[in-house]
Amino acid sequence: MKQESIIQVENLTKKFNDFTAVNAISFNVKKGEIFGFLGANGAGKTTAMKMLIGISTPTSGNAHVAGYNVFKNPENIKKSIGYMSQKFALYDDLTVKENITFFGGIYGLSRKQIEVKRRLLVEELGLQDIANELVSSLPLGWKQKIAFSVALLHEPKIIFLDEPTGGVDPITRRQFWEMIYKTANNGTTVFVTTHYMDEAEYCDRVSIMVDGKIEALDTPKNLKKQFNAENMNDVFLKLARG
Amino acid sequence: MKRFIGFIKKEFYHIFRDKRSLFILFGMPIAQIMLFGFAITNEINNVDIAILDKSKDATTIEIINKISSSKYFSVEQLINNESEIEPVFKKGKVKAVLIFEKDFSKKLVKENNATLQIITDATDPNTANTISNYTNSILQKYQQEINKNIKIPYQIIPKSHMVFNPELKSVFMFVPGVMTIILMLVSAMMTSISITREKELGTMEILLVSPLKPFQVIIGKVVPYIFLSIINAIVIVLLSIFVFKMPVQGSLFLLAFESVLFIITSLSLGILISTLSSTQQTAMMISLMGLMLPTILLSGFIFPISSMPLPLQIISNIIPAKWFIIILKGIMLKGVGISFIWKETSFLLLMTMIFIAISVKKYKIRLE
Repeated sequence: MKQESIIQVENLTKKFNDFTAVNAISFNVKKGEIFGFLGANGAGKTTAMKMLIGISTPTSGNAHVAGYNVFKNPENIKKSIGYMSQKFALYDDLTVKENITFFGGIYGLSRKQIEVKRRLLVEELGLQDIANELVSSLPLGWKQKIAFSVALLHEPKIIFLDEPTGGVDPITRRQFWEMIYKTANNGTTVFVTTHYMDEAEYCDRVSIMVDGKIEALDTPKNLKKQFNAENMNDVFLKLARG
Repeated sequence: MKRFIGFIKKEFYHIFRDKRSLFILFGMPIAQIMLFGFAITNEINNVDIAILDKSKDATTIEIINKISSSKYFSVEQLINNESEIEPVFKKGKVKAVLIFEKDFSKKLVKENNATLQIITDATDPNTANTISNYTNSILQKYQQEINKNIKIPYQIIPKSHMVFNPELKSVFMFVPGVMTIILMLVSAMMTSISITREKELGTMEILLVSPLKPFQVIIGKVVPYIFLSIINAIVIVLLSIFVFKMPVQGSLFLLAFESVLFIITSLSLGILISTLSSTQQTAMMISLMGLMLPTILLSGFIFPISSMPLPLQIISNIIPAKWFIIILKGIMLKGVGISFIWKETSFLLLMTMIFIAISVKKYKIRLE
């Protein structure tokens, strides 16, 4: 069963002067899968992700995202992806509705499309009561759920999530992952970085970065077998300690 | 274009929902112009003066009486020779010394003119100027009275002389200065803060990942402030015309053009500052210390540039506000056209381009 890959990365490298942040990484992400991108802080995962979403130019190597080359067509990549970061993707001093309108707008959706999407979103997330509230008044969990939905407004082929569940309680994290599953089921590829190892278990495949290199890449099940570990946490510890 | 309008709309939400920035935007200009306008009035009251009367005749005594009976002056001291002038000034209480020349009356009758010297302490240039104006008008009134019945009019020639700070010509024309400061504050500080705010909150990253191009993001952030700055400029000009009766001598169109140019210069500085700083606080500190302070001190707004030490005079050339104040004074007070201020205008243009070039370069480095 050979699935079409939507992200292809070959020897992608990023150097800052003498420091090699990302050292010749290669991997493929298949269409519609949930790809976990793991690594300790400073392992280079954010840098790698920035190259893939078109806001950082690689030093060498090559990568295609959604069929576009990261060197030649970063602008087209930006149109085909959604992005949500560990910091907030929403404006605190705008209402939920205004945020939706704004982000729909910068992705070039028409007023009608935005209107339709907004209604759908309000209904799906049950936002009727808070749609006209300022985002700053909402609890963290809500903000992240809405931010996630907003990142999906323009129906991207791939959504990049940079530590999306940082700082929220386990229940909200659980709910958040349900949303991720739903999204993946609809055919959107999910590329997610995290340092919660229990979340790694939810991914279809996981790569683990150590010091700028990808040291392991497989399904969580295979990784556990390979490293003879009980859970992903042990896998990670074994890898990180070398 | 539609994206752009959405962006600008969002920017206005930010501004109007933040009471602090609203206050800086609209409260500050009005408060400042009122403060400067009313604090620096041209009224003087009971200013202490000293008199050196070398002739002591009927006419001089009459003039002295006129002056001391006015509510503007009170004669603090009569002095007897010129060597006393400086010590009197140095004590600080006396702001002006009037010197009647020898044989004042005789000269007036024989030669039809006599000279009254007015020496003012120009450490406070505004007062100095006013004192000499008021003395002149008292003298003129007196002349008119004595000339009523005479064919060949007597003339008393007042000779003003400022000591300690002879450079009086450009000082304290406060409207151009205040306008410059406010436009600088609104344009440079507010934009740099608003851009760094996006960086600090992480939303800048989101915007950069979106299909919006970086320059679109920046322009989108800047456009609302251009609008608001223009409104501010208009308010300031209207206030100065209607509240302070300061006529604009030159072309309003030229004034508008130059103001927009300066606004853009300040905005480009704001953008530059935002590329240098990653937090709102840094942006604010750089704007206040690195921008406002030199602007207030070195632009000629308060301290005349020509009486600064040479190194500071040279530094003042890189302060955009200096050129804009010259331009404003030219248009508003002297009524000059573009042919007189093209040099200053091109300086501003050049600076704007340099700021933008540096920002673009810095921005690219950051993105790498």
